[in-house]
Amino acid sequence: MQRRRKLGRGIAVVGAGMSKFGMFRDADSKHLFAEAFKEMLSTVDKGIDPQDIDALYLGNFTNDFFIHQGHWGPIISDLLGITPKPATRTEGACAASALAFREGVFAIASGFYDVVLVGGVEEMSKLSTEEVTQGLAMAASPYEVKVGFTFPGVFGATATAYFAKYGASREHLMDVTIKSHNNARLNPKAQFNVSIRDIMNQRIEKAKNRGDSIPGWRDEKEFLRDPRANPVVAWPMHLYDCCPISDGASCVLLVAEEIAKDFTDNPLHVVGIGQGSGRGLHAKEDLTYFEATRYAAQEAYELSGLKPEDVQIAEVHDCFSIAEIIHIEDLGFFKPGEGYKAVEEGLTRLDGPKPINTSGGLKCKGHPVGATGTGQLVEIWKQLRGEAGERQVPIKDLRIGAAHNLGGTGGTCTFTILERR
Amino acid sequence: MEIQQMEVMPFNDISYERFLSEEKLMGSRCQRCDALFVPPRSICIKCHGTEMEWVEMRGKGKLAAFTCIAIGPPFMIKEGYDRQHPYISGVVELEEGVRVVARIEGMDGSKPETIKIGTPVQVEFLHRGEANSSKTFLAFKPL
Repeated sequence: MQRRRKLGRGIAVVGAGMSKFGMFRDADSKHLFAEAFKEMLSTVDKGIDPQDIDALYLGNFTNDFFIHQGHWGPIISDLLGITPKPATRTEGACAASALAFREGVFAIASGFYDVVLVGGVEEMSKLSTEEVTQGLAMAASPYEVKVGFTFPGVFGATATAYFAKYGASREHLMDVTIKSHNNARLNPKAQFNVSIRDIMNQRIEKAKNRGDSIPGWRDEKEFLRDPRANPVVAWPMHLYDCCPISDGASCVLLVAEEIAKDFTDNPLHVVGIGQGSGRGLHAKEDLTYFEATRYAAQEAYELSGLKPEDVQIAEVHDCFSIAEIIHIEDLGFFKPGEGYKAVEEGLTRLDGPKPINTSGGLKCKGHPVGATGTGQLVEIWKQLRGEAGERQVPIKDLRIGAAHNLGGTGGTCTFTILERR
Repeated sequence: MEIQQMEVMPFNDISYERFLSEEKLMGSRCQRCDALFVPPRSICIKCHGTEMEWVEMRGKGKLAAFTCIAIGPPFMIKEGYDRQHPYISGVVELEEGVRVVARIEGMDGSKPETIKIGTPVQVEFLHRGEANSSKTFLAFKPL
């Protein structure tokens, strides 16, 4: 029998910041984390003296592989001038910084610390696409890698199983992509802050200027169906179904609830946290859902006493378009087999009843893997505090937002629910 | 002789690979609850029993999921696969009721629309590389 879980004491988020995500020749991991940290400091309404930070938890998947440098905890604590405060690195593939967040929560809930900085960083763009693909594959199941599966390949196979079971098609994946780009167009920190229509028009303009034959795309879907514009990566995953290779950093400041008012009158409360683990493709009970996501969601809902319908906005781990469709089902927002219909009907758009990935998601905001988990929480922070600018969702009394982060091919999943009171 | 040898093989991935090189697709069966695992497990994930026995699969099943990969890792590129010549990786549900991941041969990776989930397939063992560094890959082709 499982005891009902609870946190030893309440936790509040009182600051959040991120670097711009993208491919940067002139910015390294330290530069990017400094950018995220400086933004975080500027968001703490009543200010924070960095000397008051008790500890750092830092997510990083594999800068060891990407830039041949490991042991990032103390590099970042030194960068921030907070040594000799402890710095601990967490690793959970693409969920690395969601794990850092969770460890930070536990460290405060236990009563040991009062003020903890959690964040993540990844620097991926210094390698070729093939090398990055190889590096990311280190987080897949070893059986998959041996028979040629890549990350897009695992999600491609998942898509074929989902299509066969529920009657969805590539057209529905395109609905996810078009929505993500429309949201990212309003996010200045996003790697691709342009809509699909903008990209189409740019291509048409370029063809005109060059005197080439002008592509005859009538709408976004015709563009996405054109293999010259949107080539196959791992069928049915095409270029515009896949998140990019990115550099970036993000961080969030956690404090014990009882001292939150020293930092801000408008904190967010950590009401639900959950984490699960999952198996490789061959050993999954069903190819069309992620058991780790379902477990994480259940844990977070139980802790918070909330239901899926109470969550008003969410960032979900859309490393590939199909993943967003499946996760909005696994998180209970839509029934199994109905996620694709919800996207098709526009329910997950910025102005829909359940906005998903208002930031543009991993697909368009970018996916510097170790920075993604806390990066998602930066978006929820902005939305719940009404500070998301042009992409602020028009929901009245917006109070509850959540973030779902996935590592590997579903081996690690987390779900975090934040509430503004 | 062969059976005796099989009894001493540990239930791990090294044994699994060794069997593949002998063109045998082997799994482990829990002696307590009969659950079957391919590749083999030494701890049953159904009942946590630890007494296992080796079982050979008949090598027949149907395609449960697949992907046609245009951008592959270096070892697949070396085999001649690229954006013009995608290869297929897939999940096969065996007659025995368990699933394995494998390469899919005998279908055209550049025509994914022609590949159907549920297609009956049979095992094929792909031997690659020179004698000392030879590796065997699990594959399936249409029946």
